[in-house]
Amino acid sequence: MLIKKPNDIKSSEITPRGLYMSRRQFIRAASATAISAGAMLNGLDATFNVGEAGAGEKLGNLKKSTYSTSEKLNSLKDITSYNNFYELGVDKGDPAQNAKYLTTRPWTVAVEGEVKKPKTYDIDAIMKLAPLEERIYRLRCVEAWSMVIPWIGFPLSALINQVEPTGNAKFIQFVTLYDPKRMPGQQKSLFGNALDWPYVEGLRMDEAMHPLAILSVGLYGEVLPSQNGAPVRLAVPWKYGFKSIKSIVKVRFVEKQPATAWSLQTPNEYGFYSNVNPEVDHPRWSQATERRIGDFLRRKTLMFNGYGEQVASLYKGMDLKKLY
Amino acid sequence: MKNFLWIRIAAFGACLIPFGQLLYNGYQGDLGANPIETITRFTGSWTLIILLVTLGVSPLRRISGWNELIKLRRMLGLFAFFYALLHFSTYIVLDHFFDFDRIAKDILKRPYVTVGFTGFVLMIPLAITSTAKMIRRLGKRWQQLHRLVYLVGIAGVIHFYWLVKSDIRRPAQYGAVLAVLLGYRLVKFLLPSSLPRFLSRGAKLNTTVE
Repeated sequence: MLIKKPNDIKSSEITPRGLYMSRRQFIRAASATAISAGAMLNGLDATFNVGEAGAGEKLGNLKKSTYSTSEKLNSLKDITSYNNFYELGVDKGDPAQNAKYLTTRPWTVAVEGEVKKPKTYDIDAIMKLAPLEERIYRLRCVEAWSMVIPWIGFPLSALINQVEPTGNAKFIQFVTLYDPKRMPGQQKSLFGNALDWPYVEGLRMDEAMHPLAILSVGLYGEVLPSQNGAPVRLAVPWKYGFKSIKSIVKVRFVEKQPATAWSLQTPNEYGFYSNVNPEVDHPRWSQATERRIGDFLRRKTLMFNGYGEQVASLYKGMDLKKLY
Repeated sequence: MKNFLWIRIAAFGACLIPFGQLLYNGYQGDLGANPIETITRFTGSWTLIILLVTLGVSPLRRISGWNELIKLRRMLGLFAFFYALLHFSTYIVLDHFFDFDRIAKDILKRPYVTVGFTGFVLMIPLAITSTAKMIRRLGKRWQQLHRLVYLVGIAGVIHFYWLVKSDIRRPAQYGAVLAVLLGYRLVKFLLPSSLPRFLSRGAKLNTTVE
């Protein structure tokens, strides 16, 4: 597999608040022109409050990675207050609000199925499984917005190699915690569930072995906040965000393509592969452009989220319009 | 009579609160990581809420026999239009920044945009003909024209229902309220004599507005 390395990241480039602040000014200017009824509005700001991220423990000795992008990072506040994590609520601000329920100790990850050495790992063993690296990746959500996030983690292949998959292992299924107490979004409601729980995802073995695919245990130099999928999640940057499953408790090696949560929910809208692809629209909206959080204007979405040089070879000969 | 003036003023103020809240939060830079999405959802939700309240005026008036309530209907309807206009402008200006090529494609290709746009367009003649002069001039046809608001309500709820990814709970709630409000009218239409009299407790009904 030919893997081209992107440019080195300059640490001086890390100015998370730049665009974010200019957008604030734009909106401030726009609303200031109309704000005259200001006095009566004091105290009405409750609706938009977003919960603060739990300050994570620092993670030291991080290796830099040549897979990191040098694009401007999104701020820690954006990354930890604007989340799709339905287990903690369906609105973007809900996961930050409900993060307090998701305790991450004790935590184990069972690795099983078609492997020679199945094992249940304690989360602390996962954290030490391989040297931690910083991986600054673009994240493209299927809802046509994107961010740049400095993940911390290690290649998924490190875990795979430890458990020695058998010849029958063609796919890997990942399973998120099911615990309605710690994940209030999983509690039964009168109007039904947002998704069938637990959340499940999957990768083909060669995708899982690709060096860009990582298990992430932190971001911005700290332990992963709960709303970002603590204590351990996938980050697969060339696929839509929902493929990067959060709060993993099970990794199962299987022979057949496993079920995935969103394609169980709406098969005609979400496929197994779900590679970022500007030419294949979501049936209900276009995927040609995206809004980078912090930007005002939309930008063009790149094939494989800009990781085509590294991953396109995985899909040679496949009709990605059919296998979306 | 005088008391009702205060009710109208209070309703006017109440309808402005969401707008004020939006301005205030915008001014504070407190619209979250994706302010354009926040503004779009906020104005869209308030359009639907005020539209449903508007649709609730006539049934409430008939059931309660409180005829003065009708004096709120035009104002509420215009506020629904006001929030729809904000919602639509947000889409044109902030979301797509006057990229009319893309906007046209979006309207034609995306069912949830098509139906939302249709609902908005249907509101325009209703807003234009909301003046006392137009009511007089159109006479009976005014009421026929303004039945379009039922379609606007349906379009609005479908617009919301079609855009959510999987969690249909909130659009379903709006849909349930709309179904009750339109169902009331349907029942009234099908049983023209008995039910309204029963529900209105014999109140005298004035069919013209204001």
